[in-house]
Amino acid sequence: MQRIGVFVCHCGSNIAATVDVSKVAEMALMEPGVVHAEDYQYMCSEAGQAKIAEAIHEKNLTGIVVCSCSPRMHETTFRNAAERAGLNPYMVEIANIREHCSWIHKDVEEATKKAVILMRAAVAKVNLNTPLKPGESRVTKRALVIGGGIAGIQTALDIADAGYEVDIVEKTPSIGGRMSQLDKTFPTLDCSACILTPKMVEASAHEKINIYTYSEVENVSGFVGDFTVDIRKKARHVDMDKCTGCGVCQEKCPSKKAPSEFNRGLNTRSAIYTPFAQAIPNVPVIDCDNCLKFKTGKCGICAKVCQAGAIDYEQQDEIVTEKYGAIVVATGFDTIKLDKYDEYAYSQSPDVITSLELERVMNAAGPTHGHLERLSDGKAPKEIVFVQCVGSRCADDRGKPYCSKICCMYTAKHAMLIRDKYPDVNVTVFYIDVRTPGKNFDEFYRRAVEQYGVDYIKGQVGKVIPQPDGKLLVQASDLLDNKQILKEADMVVLATAIEPNPDVRKIATMLTASIDTNNFLTEAHAKLRPVESPTAGIFLSGVCQGPKDIPETVAQAGAAAVKAIGLLAKDKLLTNPCTAQADELLCNGCSTCKNVCPYGAITYEEKEVNDHGIREVRRVANVNNALCQGCGACTVACPSGAMDLQGFSNRQIIAEVDAICR
Amino acid sequence: MKYSYYPGCTLKTKAVKLDAYARASAKVLGFELEEVKDWQCCGGVYPLGVDEIGTKLSSVRTLNAAKEKGQDLVTICSACHHVIKRVNDDMKNVEDIRFKANNYMKSELSEPYEGETTVLHYLEVLRDKIGFDEIKKKVVNPLTGKKIGAYYGCLLLRPGKIMGFDDPENPAIMEDFIRAIGAEPVIYPYRNECCGGYISLKEKEMSENMCKKITESAEGFGADMLITACPLCKYNLNKNTEKEIPVYYFTELLAEALGVKERCEEEAAM
Amino acid sequence: MGSGKEKKQAEKIKEISGVNPLKCMKCGKCSATCPSFDEMDIKPHQFVSYVINEDIESLVKSQSLWKCLSCFACVERCPRDVKPGKLIDAARQIVIREKGMDYLKADEIPELLDPELPQQLLVSAFRRYRR
Repeated sequence: MQRIGVFVCHCGSNIAATVDVSKVAEMALMEPGVVHAEDYQYMCSEAGQAKIAEAIHEKNLTGIVVCSCSPRMHETTFRNAAERAGLNPYMVEIANIREHCSWIHKDVEEATKKAVILMRAAVAKVNLNTPLKPGESRVTKRALVIGGGIAGIQTALDIADAGYEVDIVEKTPSIGGRMSQLDKTFPTLDCSACILTPKMVEASAHEKINIYTYSEVENVSGFVGDFTVDIRKKARHVDMDKCTGCGVCQEKCPSKKAPSEFNRGLNTRSAIYTPFAQAIPNVPVIDCDNCLKFKTGKCGICAKVCQAGAIDYEQQDEIVTEKYGAIVVATGFDTIKLDKYDEYAYSQSPDVITSLELERVMNAAGPTHGHLERLSDGKAPKEIVFVQCVGSRCADDRGKPYCSKICCMYTAKHAMLIRDKYPDVNVTVFYIDVRTPGKNFDEFYRRAVEQYGVDYIKGQVGKVIPQPDGKLLVQASDLLDNKQILKEADMVVLATAIEPNPDVRKIATMLTASIDTNNFLTEAHAKLRPVESPTAGIFLSGVCQGPKDIPETVAQAGAAAVKAIGLLAKDKLLTNPCTAQADELLCNGCSTCKNVCPYGAITYEEKEVNDHGIREVRRVANVNNALCQGCGACTVACPSGAMDLQGFSNRQIIAEVDAICR
Repeated sequence: MKYSYYPGCTLKTKAVKLDAYARASAKVLGFELEEVKDWQCCGGVYPLGVDEIGTKLSSVRTLNAAKEKGQDLVTICSACHHVIKRVNDDMKNVEDIRFKANNYMKSELSEPYEGETTVLHYLEVLRDKIGFDEIKKKVVNPLTGKKIGAYYGCLLLRPGKIMGFDDPENPAIMEDFIRAIGAEPVIYPYRNECCGGYISLKEKEMSENMCKKITESAEGFGADMLITACPLCKYNLNKNTEKEIPVYYFTELLAEALGVKERCEEEAAM
Repeated sequence: MGSGKEKKQAEKIKEISGVNPLKCMKCGKCSATCPSFDEMDIKPHQFVSYVINEDIESLVKSQSLWKCLSCFACVERCPRDVKPGKLIDAARQIVIREKGMDYLKADEIPELLDPELPQQLLVSAFRRYRR
């Protein structure tokens, strides 16, 4: 018989205001096996933990039930406390009377009743608990970073600087990401390329960093500390070792009509191309959809002009398989498509552009060589209108419900840069709210207004109306003056909502990392574990976790790196002892469990068993405890009840259900 | 192919030609419009209030008649289309309205009406059932060289989710129609802005302002003429601007392109 | 907040419009898009606040009720799914459902007629302006 102690937490008023905690403690004493019960204001505090230790010693407790918050919050805290007091940590169970009870109910009597029931179920389970001992698994001292933008580069550099090997997998032909497309950066207005390209070079030159560009993660297996990843290196059709990056092939390529991804389709590129001049690696790829050689079989000019003989039309995709201890996701973002927002005439006028397109227009390496001009006729604009929140903060399915966070600041930046370089151009910003939380951010926005004379008008734009003479009529609200404004403009710039890179869904599935309704990766805890995925060994860097600007991205990239380093620094990891076990005498060798196991943890073996004195060789299931994640799928699937999960045995679960129904 | 057909009040009176051209063209294109028996007026505007039941019943009767025939229901007038399409959506998706409307009509319906009928605008039949490429093949009298602005107005397009007619901000169906009859579409930004609708009865000058914007914009972009599906839009655009730009029903140009316009007019005159 | 009567009317407006005015983020896109804006004394975006504040007395007196075209531009473009046009129509319903409050009287009709006027116009106006 167990000797169980029950500890009921008030959680300040979080629980105590809705649940009669002393009643729960009192009722606990009537449960079988319970020899001690008490309630306390903050069970997780040092004093609270001391109470648990004290009771373990004084009452010789063999099991503990803590009635408190979610086990995701403090199960580890209480298990550690129990272990320090000499109790096996797996003899501790949590009854969640906060999230499952006090937070969702109002009526004290009803909530107390429910809390008692939850306590009772936990006690019933502890009565059947047995001490468990975790196993050990090894840690591969190498990290994978998915995505080679500023987030991925920074994470990789930080991990590599700590002495660990890092691979970056980048889908496009070059690292650099969105930041490489930006002209200047807020709030200091330094040139994006000037601060990014040195980091790109540093990453590519770092002896611990290996970069796979034009590559994608194809498959992930294993678990924290021991992931196995297949990486597809897409055929570049250019030999990385031979190519000198001279660029002659791009010059001579006759197929120059492909829209330039780097310049957001505002101009074209050749079929053999590097995305931009500072690309790393400086080795082009052949875009087979646009290459004449691949389309028609004729051409081959690039191969003829290549002095290095690097062109290889026969090159095939290659799969590289590597092992990693930690994986960092840094897949970044894109702007949303604007096809559902045609009241802004984006698809009807080339002079209505997104802010990211404006970055390219203002950049010296962009389609207009950095001259601010209308894309329709190349004329210099005199009036520019910025529209904020296009697709952000939308409750309907046209846009995104969240604030994209970066638009207020980059619009202030654009407005200021334009007013600075072209003082005769008038700039008007239509805004709903100006949101500038961040160091030196509001000052930056005020500078745009006060020093540069940018006209900020509170009110959304309803429609952009192209005029026969090529001008754009902007019909908008001025909410402070309670007027409807018709403003003539030469260019309209839309602060388009950002969304996670669409590929992230596929990657999250491979990693079994959870994702929210907006396709942002979910963090393990919004406040306390912001750079970790709930899936062990997976870390989050940059916008894949939520909208953020460059300073925040870099900070988060460093934080993700530290978490990854913390993992890689360990030689062994303790494994979860709550794994499945097969009862050889009950197993009928049917393979059902093997078929449902998502981790490949179950194998079958021919084994001699002793069934009540009869010795015979049978085909029985065997669980690899290092691979088993304790999901329980096999225990449910097993038709003969031979599979059981340690710590969550069928008996324990039935006992809990019985206790609830009592 | 045979469709149930709801002409509505105006197509029987001031806009008989809109109706006649549509029927004649349908014959050439190989489909038949079978007029719903004893149809009642749709009311002209969709009653927005969720507690408006009685005002929706006439549309339910029409929808149910089509259901009983097992036919899709075709409309032409933008207003009728808007009202009937939205009532159908209510009957399909808004439980409260469906329940109350069926309660009202218990004695006249053999079984509850639950939004089973598909409501198609004539233009949708052309696009989705016949296909503009097919129409192009049957054009004997292409309107080559004509620059035509499509005037959509509000009611065909909005609310986009319920009407499902086309992209409410950048529609293409009427432009594709214009191309099919051999003319050149002129895209102008006011094509989906309101002509004033019923406001022109009591606040003529408001409608005048709006129609002026529409016609000036269309002419500015080079349109020689406008087409519309709505008698009220046509009336406002004709009456409430000083502009000379002619406004036609789309069915008139269709009949002309298909070579049945004159026959139609003779028949109408008889 | 409004009087007891206004409170009830505000509830009625929310009920028959099916609109939750609290979803509004006050961006002004409805007013930016409204073709009747200049003719309205209470602007579309203000309608939402008036309903929230239960100032229904002002709403039912407003000329805006009769200037709205039901063109659904605000309904289509509202990023918050508030649909101010539906609120305006609900306020109009509150008015015309009271006896004698019709905006269009039958004896006004003859002088408004012209020979080309489509039936549809009269039918629509009747439905919008009177019970």
